[in-house]
Amino acid sequence: MKRILIEILIIIAAFILQTTVFRLISLGGIVPNLLIIVTSSFGIMRGRNEGMFVGFLCGILVDIFFGSILGFYALAYTVIGYVNGIFKTMFYPEDVKLPMFLISASEAVYCFICYIFLFMLRGRMHFGYYIVHIILPEIVYTIVATIVLYRGILFVNEKLE
Amino acid sequence: MPGNRRNKISIQSKYVLLFLTILCIGMMILSFATDIASGPLNLVAGYVIVPVQKGIGKAGEWLRNRSDDMKTMTELAEENKQLKDEVTKLQLSVNELQSDKYELSELRQLFKLNEQYSDYPVIGARVISKDAGNWFSTFVIDKGSRDGIEPDMNVMAGSGLVGIVTEVGPVWATVQAIIDDQANLSGMVMSTSDHLIVSGDLELMKDGYIRFSQLVDSEDKVVQGDQIVTSTISDKYLPNITVGYITEIRHDSNNLTKSGFLTPVVDFKHLSTVLVVLEKKQVREEAHEKNSD
Repeated sequence: MKRILIEILIIIAAFILQTTVFRLISLGGIVPNLLIIVTSSFGIMRGRNEGMFVGFLCGILVDIFFGSILGFYALAYTVIGYVNGIFKTMFYPEDVKLPMFLISASEAVYCFICYIFLFMLRGRMHFGYYIVHIILPEIVYTIVATIVLYRGILFVNEKLE
Repeated sequence: MPGNRRNKISIQSKYVLLFLTILCIGMMILSFATDIASGPLNLVAGYVIVPVQKGIGKAGEWLRNRSDDMKTMTELAEENKQLKDEVTKLQLSVNELQSDKYELSELRQLFKLNEQYSDYPVIGARVISKDAGNWFSTFVIDKGSRDGIEPDMNVMAGSGLVGIVTEVGPVWATVQAIIDDQANLSGMVMSTSDHLIVSGDLELMKDGYIRFSQLVDSEDKVVQGDQIVTSTISDKYLPNITVGYITEIRHDSNNLTKSGFLTPVVDFKHLSTVLVVLEKKQVREEAHEKNSD
């Protein structure tokens, strides 16, 4: 119960930071995706069920405030949480390489999902432009944010165990 | 047996994934067809998230104001001088406009056209958060249905159009900016009354332009710098709100229509307060019909 409450608090904090503070310090109008970091790290650390739970909450928040239809982002984040949960068996708290790799990969997959379903299907075909101006900067910035944020999440997780 | 237990757990999470997937798809279909689904969720999220965002927004604004205070005296003196020059220039044009205005109001009375956008009731609102991703240009304001805001209401800043309200909670509302990749509106060239379609495009957002297309201008009267306003035939946007100025115009390959870019009058990068027009286009027209009956 305590774990669930703290997870909800972390998700809300990440969402609020991403939509307010990080907007003010964004580089070239690009903000890092903190929600992916949270979803992905809980998936790796705690397995599929919790990855899905955290992912679903993150996605539904984005849906409520910014989605044009409810459920799209929720589904994307849920699946990402689930897939990250599969790698729980390979997880050791001392190892940073695997989470870093998985978070970056999740972020890349998330960007491609967004591009394909929200842009390509509406006939926006200049993939090169989007990859250079949106996707790559977002991935790089998210990796930078991961370096700072992941340790915090790991710390909270270890405290809870 | 441990192996057995592991098996059990993996089956469980597969079912959870299946259940959540069906739930999400169900919600997508439901929210696509109706708007029932988001109601209760809106309420909960609004009361938890919005107060914090408001606080952070206020703190950010305070910081920005402090940094503005740091401007040096010389800068201010220079600015003061420039502004004084501008005031004299403006004074002249005001006088000119004043005389035009009398004429205009007389003519308006003759035509019974007393509709103008200064008489729209508006409410000020603060931008408290912006889109979570980098793909769209939507933002959240700190006023909602309690202050009389409804979906499809127009949002302005200064003298230009910002966008349209898409979703409303009790104390917050989501606004889709006209530079958003999914935004489309029917516009009009002020000088010639030719209609055109203005559509936001993520690729142009960085340069600060929006795309326009479908302009029929066979006499080549429309030129760079012409003002674009919202069209009178638009079904959601109130008429004659400034959208921007044409920066580039060219012939389409079909040689019948023209398209190009326009620069919006609103500075979308530094938007902090907006005005929501508390009147919807349809309502206004219905009221007029009643009056004329």
